[in-house]
Amino acid sequence: MPLTTGSAPFWRTPDTVPVIMRHVLYALVPAIIASVWFFGIGIVYNLIVAVVTALVTEAIALRLRGRPAGPGLADYSAIVTAVLLAMCLPPLTAWWVTATGACFAVAVAKHLYGGLGFNLFNPAMAGYVAVLVSFPDALSGWPAPNIGDLDAPIPGSGATLWFTLTGQLPGDLSLDAITRATPLDTVKTELGMMRTMDEIGTNPLFGDFGGRGWEWIANFVALGGGWLLIRRIIRWQTPVAMLVTLAGMAAVGYLFDPARLPGPGFHLFSSGTMLCAFFIATDPVTGAATNRGKLIVGAAIGALTYVIRTWGSYADGIAFAVLLVNMAVPLIDRYTRPRVYGRPPRSQQ
Amino acid sequence: MSDTDSFAQILRRGLWHENPGLVQLLGLCPLLAVSNTLVNGLGLGLATILVICATNVLVSACRRWLHDDFRLPVFVLIIATFVTSVELLCRAFWFDLHLALGIFLPLIVTNCVILGRAEAFASRQRVSAALADGLAHGLGFAAVLIALGGLRELVGQGSLLAGAELLFGPVGRGWSLELVPQSGGLLLAALPPGAFIGLAVLIAARNALTRRRANAGRVTAAAADS
Repeated sequence: MPLTTGSAPFWRTPDTVPVIMRHVLYALVPAIIASVWFFGIGIVYNLIVAVVTALVTEAIALRLRGRPAGPGLADYSAIVTAVLLAMCLPPLTAWWVTATGACFAVAVAKHLYGGLGFNLFNPAMAGYVAVLVSFPDALSGWPAPNIGDLDAPIPGSGATLWFTLTGQLPGDLSLDAITRATPLDTVKTELGMMRTMDEIGTNPLFGDFGGRGWEWIANFVALGGGWLLIRRIIRWQTPVAMLVTLAGMAAVGYLFDPARLPGPGFHLFSSGTMLCAFFIATDPVTGAATNRGKLIVGAAIGALTYVIRTWGSYADGIAFAVLLVNMAVPLIDRYTRPRVYGRPPRSQQ
Repeated sequence: MSDTDSFAQILRRGLWHENPGLVQLLGLCPLLAVSNTLVNGLGLGLATILVICATNVLVSACRRWLHDDFRLPVFVLIIATFVTSVELLCRAFWFDLHLALGIFLPLIVTNCVILGRAEAFASRQRVSAALADGLAHGLGFAAVLIALGGLRELVGQGSLLAGAELLFGPVGRGWSLELVPQSGGLLLAALPPGAFIGLAVLIAARNALTRRRANAGRVTAAAADS
């Protein structure tokens, strides 16, 4: 009687790729709702455009590569990429900008490198950078946050839809009247005009830490990230290392020159810091695989983000920092490989 | 590489089988940096053809006296001479193009395609064969420059042949085509990342074409066998 033994692994976790990706999507829901509350319905349109484009591109790419389209479309990875990209884009974004980003993310950053699991660069960030570099004017459509005492009206769902479809606002609405610079942009331009941080902080756009509205969205992103941590979908190393490094560098800078360098609270709660820490830097494909590597990757992204934000020409450096560190990840993984059980440390081999 | 290579074979090698831009991947620095518009690519392509042909001829003519121990410095000297001449010519007759090409015109001197052809081919072959080889590789390199320049200009700016007056004088002013008028274009293609992505697309297209041809050949051969 033949006794057959299968090969390892004998014990599987229930966390398949679709399960993990679905959990990431659930974790983003509170942040999306907060975005709609503060910045209007635009992000929902972005989400729809990005997801549809990403799925169509994924299907075409899989077909061209001679792979079955079904499993590729059903693993939610393209949807996660699209959702993360859409959350980085301003609520007032014309559809072709979003579609270019999603198409670039899936076709170039993911499938040209060999598809899910082989991509060197985080697809969402690659798509965002492609759009940022290609359409520098198109990414300023952030309405003033819906706080109440800001005079700018938030565009209605019809006006936003019109803008998404045509790239123009209907009627007598002008883009200048309803959009505001993001907190990071404001700091960058006003510091360029030799204002001090104290003066900039009196701008009604700023809240307790970062921009008003922005800091609340950051809280909800962090909430979703915390849930992912509890579900053990992501590990604590990358987000903690990134946030601690960014906050640490900001604190040192703030102590040296509080008039010209914003403090840690501003850096943590403005723009996409939280989104990057919990959802982008922790990407299982383009992030580090080892625990020590995760710490290094998080710290490197945090440090580069601070450097680019402070001394770079772009207001926010998260996407560039992520892509730069992505390139170093294979090397980091190689040097932080844990010791194989039962073997001496590599230094003694 | 024997003495009996026909000119057609030499041409086919330089233009396709050993194309410097798509197969040997030599001279990538000017190829990537200057190919942001079709006219820039064409200008640098023409300059490179001139230099590579002249160098090949002179190296081949002097090959008897070029001892192995000092051949490389002599090659570099010859190349530098021709590059300087071409640069001065360009400055005299196409000054605006000279400004547009900038540092990459004098940098032809470091283009490894030219040194590579001098070393691998011209220093061992007859003058006529060396001239044909220089022409073939120069044309192959220029073709990639033009293709990449056209691709990047089309995607990045939505135009073709913009700035043709730099190269062809006032006549060329009317040649530029605005294929997608008033569009900003996908600026990424005109910037350095676009050069890498565009070249990769061209290389992939060439590989796909070669593979398809090889497969077709195999099918025909199999059919002939059976």
